[in-house]
Amino acid sequence: MTASVLFDAQGPRARALSTVGNIVSAVLVLAGLAWLASVLYDKGQFESSLWQNAMSAEAWQSYYLPGLQNTLRSALFATAGSVVFGILFGVGRLSHIRPVRWFSGVVVEFFRAVPVLLMMIFFYMFFSAQAQWITDRPFAAVVLALVLYNGSVIAELVRSGVGNLPKGQGEAGLAVGLTLGQTLRSVQLPQALVAMLPAMISQLVVVLKDSALGQLILYPELLRSAQVLSSNQQNPLQALVVVAIVFIVINYLLTVVAHRLARLLSSRTAGATVEGAGIGNPTAAAGGAAGPAPR
Amino acid sequence: MDDLFAGFAELFAQYDVLGAFWVNIQLTFWAAILSLVLGTVLALMRISPIASLQWVGTAYVTIFRNTPLTIILTFTYLVLFSQLAISLSDDLNTTFFWFAVFGLAVYHAAFVCEAIRSGVNTVPVGQAEAARAIGLSFMPAATMIILPQAFRGAIAPLGNTLIALLKNSTVAIAASVANETSSLMRTMIEFRPDLMVAIFLLFAIGYVILVIPIGVTTTWLSTRLAVKR
Repeated sequence: MTASVLFDAQGPRARALSTVGNIVSAVLVLAGLAWLASVLYDKGQFESSLWQNAMSAEAWQSYYLPGLQNTLRSALFATAGSVVFGILFGVGRLSHIRPVRWFSGVVVEFFRAVPVLLMMIFFYMFFSAQAQWITDRPFAAVVLALVLYNGSVIAELVRSGVGNLPKGQGEAGLAVGLTLGQTLRSVQLPQALVAMLPAMISQLVVVLKDSALGQLILYPELLRSAQVLSSNQQNPLQALVVVAIVFIVINYLLTVVAHRLARLLSSRTAGATVEGAGIGNPTAAAGGAAGPAPR
Repeated sequence: MDDLFAGFAELFAQYDVLGAFWVNIQLTFWAAILSLVLGTVLALMRISPIASLQWVGTAYVTIFRNTPLTIILTFTYLVLFSQLAISLSDDLNTTFFWFAVFGLAVYHAAFVCEAIRSGVNTVPVGQAEAARAIGLSFMPAATMIILPQAFRGAIAPLGNTLIALLKNSTVAIAASVANETSSLMRTMIEFRPDLMVAIFLLFAIGYVILVIPIGVTTTWLSTRLAVKR
């Protein structure tokens, strides 16, 4: 259902009312923003030097860009790792061998329930105590924690992707004489992977956002670099706003790609292509976004 | 195995593990209420006929859904508290607690809004058409016909958001909230590195115990309360 069915095509009176409402709410919103701006102005936050220091070429060169590079590096490794982990355990959950199915289920449910930050802190302290041969321990901890959590989410995507295919796909595979395993590998999985591609791109947004948790274990990523910059220049508001904008632009572009891809790929698979919610377990949330979940 | 159990017993005696979980549960509780209210208002704005409100709702969701929560919570400490010197109470811990609740609510409201919108999508067109046919205008149709059904359809995604909120409440460490689980775990590992794995498992299992009932309950509720069509 689109929003437009919630109200009638408007007549002259409703149109006039809408215009008044439109203007009044726009004025209220702008007044709120102006109030916020005046409070910030009174506190001296529009001092040009604060903003200049947060956006200077030097700030980008020595702080944001190296930080962004580290953020993207950890997100890249974490994404690659979680796709491998996710497919492995997703297929494990679909296996017809009971112990494999059971083991994969426990692993996936465990890592989906534990907060990423707890894993990150634990791995960092564990590596520092037990595995000092790892040279870049914060990086290893960030990537490992992100792989375990997001890999488990992708494993669920694989499982629900195969589950949401029409029943005929699996039956057709069996009918032409493939075994259960062959049907899964050569008929169901390829279609499920295409169907889940948009949701995987949405998961990339989650990986990028969660990589910012790395600052709490001193991984020199984008947010961390902004903090170091702002402690030198006394401009945390300005530096954090710049960093937030960088994240918003990247994540927004990824969301747009996921949305386009969902439409583009829908003819390539018998499954439903939906993008994820960008938080939590996207499989259940996606059911709602695409209309009533099949029951 | 005996060592592990002895270790657990010792840890429980020495540190207030349950108290730490209680802090996270309180953060989750208040942030959930605030974000539900804010998220519902945002969802109403996004489906309303007034263009400027739609625009504000969309802008809010786009901005906060794409910002890392860590930045928002760091912002509450570094900017609201340190730079702008806003104080909510004489007690520092209370100030940090409510800043963290505020940060968590602002972030999760964007997801609550999207969950409710996905719930609105489960309401058949005929319901809205029937509401219009009996002469209801936007607000009565939305509050009496659409939203009650939308909430029922949105329980599964709302439950997911609640689980994410509970897990994300550990990030309150970035807003300087003391005594919550992630900072307690860090302290405990620092003082008892020999029991490191046991300590992690203790907290991890604590979250598994909290998360699984929420998941089971919301799945049960979403099928039980689903509008049968």
